Amino acid sequence: MSLDPLLLSRIQFGFVISFHILFPAFTIGLASWLAFLEWRWLRTRDAIWRDLYAFWLKIFAVSFGMGVVSGIVMSFQFGTNWAPLSERAGNVIGPLLSYEVLTAFFMEATFLGVMLFGMQRVSERLHFFATCMVALGTLISTFWITSANSWMQTPAGYEIIDGVFHPADWWAVIFNPSFPYRLVHMVLAAFLTTCFVIGGVSAAYLLRGQHRDAATRMLKLSVVFGAIVVPLQILAGDMHGLDTLEHQPMKVAAMEGHWRAGEPGEGVPLVVFAIPNQREARNDYAIGIPRVASLILTHSADGEIAPLTSVPAEERPPVAPVFFSFRIMVGIGTAMLLLVLVSAFAWRRGTLFDPQRGRWLLQGWRAMTLSGFVAILAGWYVTEIGRQPYTVYGLLRTAESNSAISGAAVAFSLAVFALVYLCVFGAGLWYLFKLVRKGPQPHEPVPDTDAGGKTPARPLSVGDDSVENVA
Amino acid sequence: MSIETWLPVAWFAVIAFGVMMYVLLDGFVLGLGILAPFAEDEDQLDHMMNTAAPIWDGNETWLVLGGAGLLAAFPKVYALVLSALYLPVLLMLIALVFRGVAFEFRFKAKTLRRAWGLAFWLGSVFAAFAQGVILGAIVEGMPLQAGKYIGGAFGWFSPFSMLTGVAVLTGYALLGATWLILKTDGRTQAMARMIARPLTLNVFAFIGLVSAWLPFLSSRVMARWFENDRFLWLSPVPLLVVMATWLLWRAIPRDDHDARPFMLSLSLFVLGFAGLLLGMWPYIVPPSLTIWEAAAPPATQGFAIAGLVVLLPAILGYTWWSYSVFRGKIAADAGYH
Repeated sequence: MSLDPLLLSRIQFGFVISFHILFPAFTIGLASWLAFLEWRWLRTRDAIWRDLYAFWLKIFAVSFGMGVVSGIVMSFQFGTNWAPLSERAGNVIGPLLSYEVLTAFFMEATFLGVMLFGMQRVSERLHFFATCMVALGTLISTFWITSANSWMQTPAGYEIIDGVFHPADWWAVIFNPSFPYRLVHMVLAAFLTTCFVIGGVSAAYLLRGQHRDAATRMLKLSVVFGAIVVPLQILAGDMHGLDTLEHQPMKVAAMEGHWRAGEPGEGVPLVVFAIPNQREARNDYAIGIPRVASLILTHSADGEIAPLTSVPAEERPPVAPVFFSFRIMVGIGTAMLLLVLVSAFAWRRGTLFDPQRGRWLLQGWRAMTLSGFVAILAGWYVTEIGRQPYTVYGLLRTAESNSAISGAAVAFSLAVFALVYLCVFGAGLWYLFKLVRKGPQPHEPVPDTDAGGKTPARPLSVGDDSVENVA
Repeated sequence: MSIETWLPVAWFAVIAFGVMMYVLLDGFVLGLGILAPFAEDEDQLDHMMNTAAPIWDGNETWLVLGGAGLLAAFPKVYALVLSALYLPVLLMLIALVFRGVAFEFRFKAKTLRRAWGLAFWLGSVFAAFAQGVILGAIVEGMPLQAGKYIGGAFGWFSPFSMLTGVAVLTGYALLGATWLILKTDGRTQAMARMIARPLTLNVFAFIGLVSAWLPFLSSRVMARWFENDRFLWLSPVPLLVVMATWLLWRAIPRDDHDARPFMLSLSLFVLGFAGLLLGMWPYIVPPSLTIWEAAAPPATQGFAIAGLVVLLPAILGYTWWSYSVFRGKIAADAGYH
């Protein structure tokens, strides 16, 4: 039996990064949400804001912890499994990742300690400052890591000397062609993911008749935020797609399932459903709407885009996963839009927050609680599988990027990662679920600080009270 | 001196500093994890973990800086070392996962509370051991042929790397024990004082053993220690080690200077680290790659170091601030219930 280290390394990378992205995708929005809650509390002195802050802080602490440990794994994956990529592209992406550590990771980690445990040790304003620094850190981190990823998608500002990438213009490297679109699309996606978790949790409370005041407040905020940001996200996604069409046409062709050019003037149909057949280079069971893809992508009814068959078979990305992931992402985006619009309408009519009359909508919110995570994963599968067969698009093939390690070693590490991640992060998700079930605790007592200047052993009890027995 | 000469030197210093910060700061956190079995009950383990709860995350970030800095400044080394040491690196990462989440999960668990305490202990033990093995394997030397590592999947496995694995484990335990002397009182401090002395003896023995072994390694690290009259110049390092050990031995039982044992343990690590670096110089992967052979081009190293010059002082500043926010003894029971 031969174990292919390339295939196994790809599966391993896909696995560890898919797990990792879930946590930052959540904590990016959550950190800003916490800053908002603390700001409201300091401004209004309304205890609900403080209770909500304490509640979401516990969720944040667990999620952030899981993001940190899964992120440390990521920072070594390029070296362990993708050594040739590191050796050849490290000159360019290395400094971007270093800047991420220097400008974001230290700030997040350090101020997080104060945020979680420093409530009684620093002034309120300084504590609020710490929360803001954590929120800022998550966004700066997104900036750098998205820039590094975008450079690999749309490389710019480099020269190649003896097969090794050298930076020629850092400004062009960082602000490479796909970066602004990807950054906006990702930040909005992270905010929306958090927004729908908050909205979904609130709806669940309302349906069960718990935490009414807090849940109503949070759901209102979710509806308002969603009604503004979901349309913006759809716009950003559209612009990102047009940028991709320009720089990575085969990715877009795979998203559309567009194998062959039609007759002149026929335009490109929007394939609503199909089963892409990579071997025969066609779609099976296709249902399409004529000309709509042309309209979306070229803004003209008979516009053409390059079909997959315009390049040799070995230059094409795997079409089916890109095609389906794209439809999942767009489907969720559409469902989000519908939900926030109908909710806004029901709010005006005064039925949204009523567990009887608003029942269907609240159940919709509850069902969509985790939809943002699915959409983010689907979106990343579109962009990462769609840029195959390259790691640095058009320049360095994935097959040339893999370390010279044995298939057995990678099979072993993949099995270990799979087992450990499922246990550890399974447990983490279970604790998160229990924390949510328990909900915000009204007027949680503020822990005492000893006169002797001792640190409370578990200040603010950041989720320290056991949650296992919560029904 | 040309920019191609001094930039790699500067970066070597930066990476060495980052790794040393990691070893010192996460060293004591891993160390108190290694000492977890000495906790008589769950409350005492709570107490031990609470001394590090607000700061462990920032401490661990130095490891990420080491990784990212290496990728930026010496991509060849990053690629070579991590792929060659695939299995020890995997062990370290998995162990760090367990150690890290235990900080969050243990306080939320009831039925699984002991299990996460166990994860904290074993995670700390294996992370420390794996780091020692990685260090040993690098110092021992990485055989290359045409730029490719030829040691195989188990090339890192040797008596020497096992020795450094145990040595680092013991050293971290000493850092952890002296940290607890500094940050706790009562029975936890008494426990730490009790085990710190035997640990000191062991660490001293390991430093001696590793140092004695170094000149005989094929990488010839340390050989330069004995070239010409260099030993005379470098002899303050071992002398200081002996002195620090003696002072540490005397400081441990004294209850008027709780910070001193920790500071002296840190100084032992700094001295040992400095000794190794002096021996490795100018190789970054002995005996194959010098820092200049492995360096990224000046356009890369220069860009990254420009930010470092500004950002590193800021990082050190707010790190110091966060330690000062949590200064003082951590009470055993405050905030409990």
